[in-house]
Amino acid sequence: MSTNLSDQEQKQAGEKPASALADAASAGGRAGDKIFSGLSLGAGIVIFLTLAAVAIFLTWQASPVIEIPADEVSGGNGFLSYVYPLILGTLMAAIIALLIATPVGILVALYISHYAPAKVAKPVGYVIDLLAAIPSVVYGAWGITVLSPALAPFYNWLANNLGFIPLFQGPASATGRTMMTAGIVLSIMILPIITSMSREIFVQTPKLHEEASLALGATRLEMIRQAVLPFARTGIVSAIMLALGRALGETMAVALVLSTGGLQWSLIRSGNNTIAAEIALNYPEAFGDRLAELIAAGLMLFVITLIVNFIARAIIARYKEFSGAN
Amino acid sequence: MSISTQSKSSSSSQRNTLTSGQRPKWLVPVVMVGAIVVGAAVSALITFSVASWAIFAAVLFLIAAPIAVTSIEGSRKGSDAALTYVVYAAFILAVVPLVSVIWTVLARGVPTLSIDFLTGTMGGITGLIDQRAVAEGGAVPGGVLQAIIGTLVITFWATLFSVPIGLLTAIYLVEYSNDGWLGKVVTFLVDVMTGVPSIVAGLFASALFGLILGPNTRMGIIGAIALTVLMIPTVVKATEEMLKIVPNELREASYALGVRKWRTILKVVIPTSISGIASGVTLAIARVIGETAPLLVTVGFLNTVNWNVFNDWMSTLPTFIYQQLMRPVAPTAPDPSTDRAWGAALILIVFVMLLNLIARLIAQAFAPKTAGR
Amino acid sequence: MSKRIDVEHLNVYYGDFLAVEDVNINIDSRSVTAFIGPSGCGKSTFLRTLNRMHEVIPGAYAKGKVMLDGEDLYGKGVDPVTVRSMVGMVFQRPNPFPTMSIRDNVLAGVKLNNKKISRSAADELVESSLKGANLWNEVKDRLDKPGSGLSGGQQQRLCIARTMAVKPDVVLMDEPCSALDPISTIAIEDLIHELKEQFTVVIVTHNMQQAQRVADKTAFFNIEGTGKPGKLVEFDETATIFQNPKQKATEDYVSGRFG
Repeated sequence: MSTNLSDQEQKQAGEKPASALADAASAGGRAGDKIFSGLSLGAGIVIFLTLAAVAIFLTWQASPVIEIPADEVSGGNGFLSYVYPLILGTLMAAIIALLIATPVGILVALYISHYAPAKVAKPVGYVIDLLAAIPSVVYGAWGITVLSPALAPFYNWLANNLGFIPLFQGPASATGRTMMTAGIVLSIMILPIITSMSREIFVQTPKLHEEASLALGATRLEMIRQAVLPFARTGIVSAIMLALGRALGETMAVALVLSTGGLQWSLIRSGNNTIAAEIALNYPEAFGDRLAELIAAGLMLFVITLIVNFIARAIIARYKEFSGAN
Repeated sequence: MSISTQSKSSSSSQRNTLTSGQRPKWLVPVVMVGAIVVGAAVSALITFSVASWAIFAAVLFLIAAPIAVTSIEGSRKGSDAALTYVVYAAFILAVVPLVSVIWTVLARGVPTLSIDFLTGTMGGITGLIDQRAVAEGGAVPGGVLQAIIGTLVITFWATLFSVPIGLLTAIYLVEYSNDGWLGKVVTFLVDVMTGVPSIVAGLFASALFGLILGPNTRMGIIGAIALTVLMIPTVVKATEEMLKIVPNELREASYALGVRKWRTILKVVIPTSISGIASGVTLAIARVIGETAPLLVTVGFLNTVNWNVFNDWMSTLPTFIYQQLMRPVAPTAPDPSTDRAWGAALILIVFVMLLNLIARLIAQAFAPKTAGR
Repeated sequence: MSKRIDVEHLNVYYGDFLAVEDVNINIDSRSVTAFIGPSGCGKSTFLRTLNRMHEVIPGAYAKGKVMLDGEDLYGKGVDPVTVRSMVGMVFQRPNPFPTMSIRDNVLAGVKLNNKKISRSAADELVESSLKGANLWNEVKDRLDKPGSGLSGGQQQRLCIARTMAVKPDVVLMDEPCSALDPISTIAIEDLIHELKEQFTVVIVTHNMQQAQRVADKTAFFNIEGTGKPGKLVEFDETATIFQNPKQKATEDYVSGRFG
């Protein structure tokens, strides 16, 4: 066999018998292993450092807010009274979006997993992914030019007929650029998150459970209630939480669509604002104390979304353990 | 199991126990027609519009059809039918905005597109020129070249930063961490990073460079850093998934040949999963190329072409759209600005869709050839 | 290019769990040794300790001595990578590299290690290895086609050729025929007979007929119950193990009373 060896291989083969196992030549290769594992660990550490830097620099740049006299903060009543209407507005927009996107998103997921014929299900999945691919600024532009004018008459009708409910108190915005519209645009943007995550879980429902249910004479609705939903419940909840995280931080839809203003209950008048939109609208021109104010508001948003995402991840982690036991 | 097969079998005139008590085949279509007619009438009561007609008809059908089914087949079948109709309605409801968005972008963007628009910049375009264009008609003045170049350059830098970090992190997680505590921490941090709102990423990059170069510094590279923060977790997640599906047998085969781990990873594991990784990276690029908020606070606006991310403000497609819509060049004649915004939106969507298409093609063309037998 | 293996007091652990207890065995060079035993008795685990492949499994480690012609594989400063280039391994399921051609698969051990090799030397190595694995005539016209396009039996022989190309002293085989049809199995068994002229071959098998067909010596591993460590019960000439075993457990197993 050794006749087939190249020179170098012969040399190595020749070295082998002497003290092959403690071969010093392998030291170079070993260093390669060390360098590469070090590099990959280093990348992980870069991620840690980046996140730490996000928290540190935001806190640092926001810290002057504490020292600004209350009457010099925007609004003239200190930072807290400046930021709480923004937080409430952020929550408002996110809740509207969730109220719309959750039922629709789950039903669309059900459509794909259990109703649509196999040939249709795949393209529909693509279409939903397409919804997720459209940039937020395009949704915002669509919201301001198409959706707002289309909804304005509807808001008018709401104000005239349901105006006694504080949420629909008139007079309705003539342009339709309201919290409600912003919420609807947001709901379209988070729908793909809820749909794709729910669909993944629905598809994983054990076939045996479904068939057991159908074999007992259950209708499709009963089968879904007995077999699919109990299996998917935690997954759906975490999908909703992740969508909430996205809705809280989404900027452009609100910044473009909403005609901002002070905090108020009515969803169909202009007014209200969210943290993200406030930053986007004012940061480009801000300087000095105003800059610190906006960064502090951004820090608040960071913390809120962090908490929401933690809850979502905790649910997913629990869900994983649960499904691992099966 | 499906409704249609049941009603088909009921059409045979023979009565048998399997098909008795079923609703007639015509029931649901008749209810649908009725709902459409009544919907039109109700819509006409308040000011008539196609939208309200569709909404009223849909609501009426969703209420009436299950009631009709219930009256014949009982409440179990009735509620089953209700869910079926609601599911279909939800699907239509989800598709309507998508169609509307794409239609709007095409209808308003295509007329604006021209060679001049693609190769021109906004340099020298003033409110006066826009006003004259509105008064005299003709092509939309100005162009988006500076925004296209800005978007491509900034996205390039963001990709350059995030791909090595993302790839190596995924390699660490899959190949080296052994599910140890450090791996868990990194996974957790990547999850946290996924949840960072895009505007916060922008603020971070701005605050970081603000400290180094003085507040309100705006450069392309700051925007690229902000996008990197958003892009890394997507790259890590996509790569991680792809590395995980490389069969362990291949790694073992390589080790058994006396190949070192790092060479095994570079020459066996990564080549086996490269198509999945490439398509994941492409999707990550598609995601950040449309990001607006972080660029709004980091790169500023510019009317002319700037290739240099380390100097001066920059224009990008998303921020250009935002700027043209929110602050038209000529406040009294905003139409040219709006047209430019939609033209830019069309270009941006084409970029995103192309990237998505490329990702799909890569994934298909280089699909693993493991199914050999 | 063939070495003997002497194992002294080897224990294998998975974390705190003792998987294989106190194995002592002497394997002659240029021979075929079969490991048989019921599932979970530790024979595959033990096989992996012979080229330190068990270290790929998180938490697994071995204590004791494995001497390759007198040199301890677990001695101080010994690099497992060097060990594996001297003790090759063929796995249960054929696992050619899907991204490589047949030719590149054979050269994988050389190329992946970035060793420089001339074109003609490479051609010779490919031909001699494939001939050694009885595969040359079947694939010589399509060396540039992907290895995954071959049949299961051909793939397994390609994997053997790939192992031979590294020129190891010992070839370990972990149930190499369990995923193959009977015809392919015969081809592999024929090959094993030829391999022993150059290598020391150790094969784990579930198939007792196979052990009788290919092995000079046979080792029987057993486990007393779940949670207990696996042990080497008996090691002798194959004929002795199957016709005249000394231990009751061996006799029960080879006569088909359990396992």
